[in-house]
Amino acid sequence: MPELTTSADQATKAAAGAAAGARLPEPKPEKTRSLWGDAWQDLRTNWVFVLSAVLILLLLVMAAWPGLFTGADPNDKDLANHYLQHPNYGHVFKADWLGYDAQGRSVYARAIYGTRASLLVGAGTTAVVVLFGGLVGMLAGYFGGWIDAVLSRVTDMFMGIPFLLGAMVALNSFTERSIPVVIGALAFLGWTQTARVMRGSVITVKSTDYVQAAKALGAGTRRILFRHVLPNAVAPVIVVATISLGIYIGAEATLSFLGLGLNGVSWGNDISDGGNSIRVAQFIMLYPSIMLSITVLAFIMLGEAVRNALDPKTR
Amino acid sequence: MGRYVARRLLQMIPVFIGTTLLIFLMVYALPGDPVRGLFGDKGASPAVLRSLRHEYGLDKPVLVQYYDYMKGMILHLDFGTQVASGRPVTDILGEAFPVTLRLAGMAFAFEAVLGIALGVVSGLRAGKAVDTVILVVTLLLISIPIFVLGYIFQTVFAFKLNLLDPSVSDATDYSQLLMPAIVLASVSLAYVARLTRTSVAENMRADYMRTAVAKGLPRRRVVGVHLMRNSLIPVVTFLGTDLGALMGGAIVTEGIFNIHGVGGTIYQAIIRREGTTLVGLVTILVLVYLFCSLIVDLLYAVLDPRIRYA
Repeated sequence: MPELTTSADQATKAAAGAAAGARLPEPKPEKTRSLWGDAWQDLRTNWVFVLSAVLILLLLVMAAWPGLFTGADPNDKDLANHYLQHPNYGHVFKADWLGYDAQGRSVYARAIYGTRASLLVGAGTTAVVVLFGGLVGMLAGYFGGWIDAVLSRVTDMFMGIPFLLGAMVALNSFTERSIPVVIGALAFLGWTQTARVMRGSVITVKSTDYVQAAKALGAGTRRILFRHVLPNAVAPVIVVATISLGIYIGAEATLSFLGLGLNGVSWGNDISDGGNSIRVAQFIMLYPSIMLSITVLAFIMLGEAVRNALDPKTR
Repeated sequence: MGRYVARRLLQMIPVFIGTTLLIFLMVYALPGDPVRGLFGDKGASPAVLRSLRHEYGLDKPVLVQYYDYMKGMILHLDFGTQVASGRPVTDILGEAFPVTLRLAGMAFAFEAVLGIALGVVSGLRAGKAVDTVILVVTLLLISIPIFVLGYIFQTVFAFKLNLLDPSVSDATDYSQLLMPAIVLASVSLAYVARLTRTSVAENMRADYMRTAVAKGLPRRRVVGVHLMRNSLIPVVTFLGTDLGALMGGAIVTEGIFNIHGVGGTIYQAIIRREGTTLVGLVTILVLVYLFCSLIVDLLYAVLDPRIRYA
């Protein structure tokens, strides 16, 4: 009740104010933000970032708890009643919402349940690629000399083989293509790009004053690498990794499409199956394709937003 | 310049050997057997398998096989024999390569011309509506997998509108290859456009651009010479490595549109585990890739005289 404040109250307040004014104004420490702090300020208000982050969050929930989104079983087959049954758009979130495929399985349930495989393959491949490619690139960039020459030539060798071809050759030897196998096949040739980005980034950071200072103070190689070089060199790798995550999800679907992908429920397999009945029932292919494209899009948008936020030139 | 080319060619030798050895090891070290594959589920007697393996040299250690193969390839241009058909691999390559080269060439032309044009338009009007539209469209093209795009094109242009043939006949003339080439080019086109846009938009703010405008040069010259020459370097790098990728990536496109090119042959070779065919095809792709990256390096000097080769 502000109107009831007595004059006495006001007096004490004024006195307090005067006392505060009498003291030297505490200089507010100038807040220095790191590169990432700056980027975060930029990203919070960037609608591309917010949109892609929300989409990815939704996809993560979908992958973890698909049962939240559909009550139907993706492997339930009912050929007698549901063969190529067209979508019933009134039944939102029901098993027959997006129709049934040529084996009488719910297209909607399969589109939801396919999320997990795609995200696991994408995240797993990215993790392996960043760890291995990042290590190779860091060693090549930091030590230079013959280590760099050897590592860079090895990277060139792996880069010479077309990505999709190499993955196909590797996957063709496995009849049981589980998620770790697909991750291994994609990461086998995928690490080269990360290695190159990391190498370039480390070479730039290596010559900076603070690294020289750490060296002069007698810091060990490991300490310099992991405490000084790595944190400052990792930004471009994170950007490339985020975008690649989307690309790997697309690659997994392409391999499934070629009949060399995951066993089990996956968007690639469903799109491939849908291709067989494309003349009569386009919807079977449409919905897994939309899910796949949205997922790839979300990761690419996230990566690009982060890149723009980290790059002072675009500010 | 001559010395630089010589050094680059010498550097290629270990990469070439390493890449071919890698693909050789991948094909032979992984489980599976092309000779057993010849007989399907029925199988054959061990004696027959053994004699066939001996005939194709598959009973020797992998490294010896690799050495023999490379020796035959380099000295006699002999890429080996396809196990399934018994024909020399060079015959099969001779049939498949022209088709894929035509397809990849058309796709490359689309990608370069349309990609750079869109990128320049977008970059010159950075932040305007045209720019946003081009950015959104290219982003969509990148995120839609190429096989989905292929089906969309087939459904819309062939089945619904009846404008084009849904698949390509053995004649593989240019009009039939139009749709597959566009599909094959789409993702790279989007990359080229975005790369050009970033580069152009960045260089628009450069000092030399302001100088060029201030001294009264016509806009055509400012954009066409000053801007383009400086902006094209990253684009040329991408385009150079992409021709090889287009040929290798044609597997999916060739499958959808029923084109009998390198992609289909590679696919068959992988499925049937025919190491020799596969290694021969991949070797040529690797050569294309190495050759293109050499050309790119030499083009740098043309585009940017500041880059010199010692």
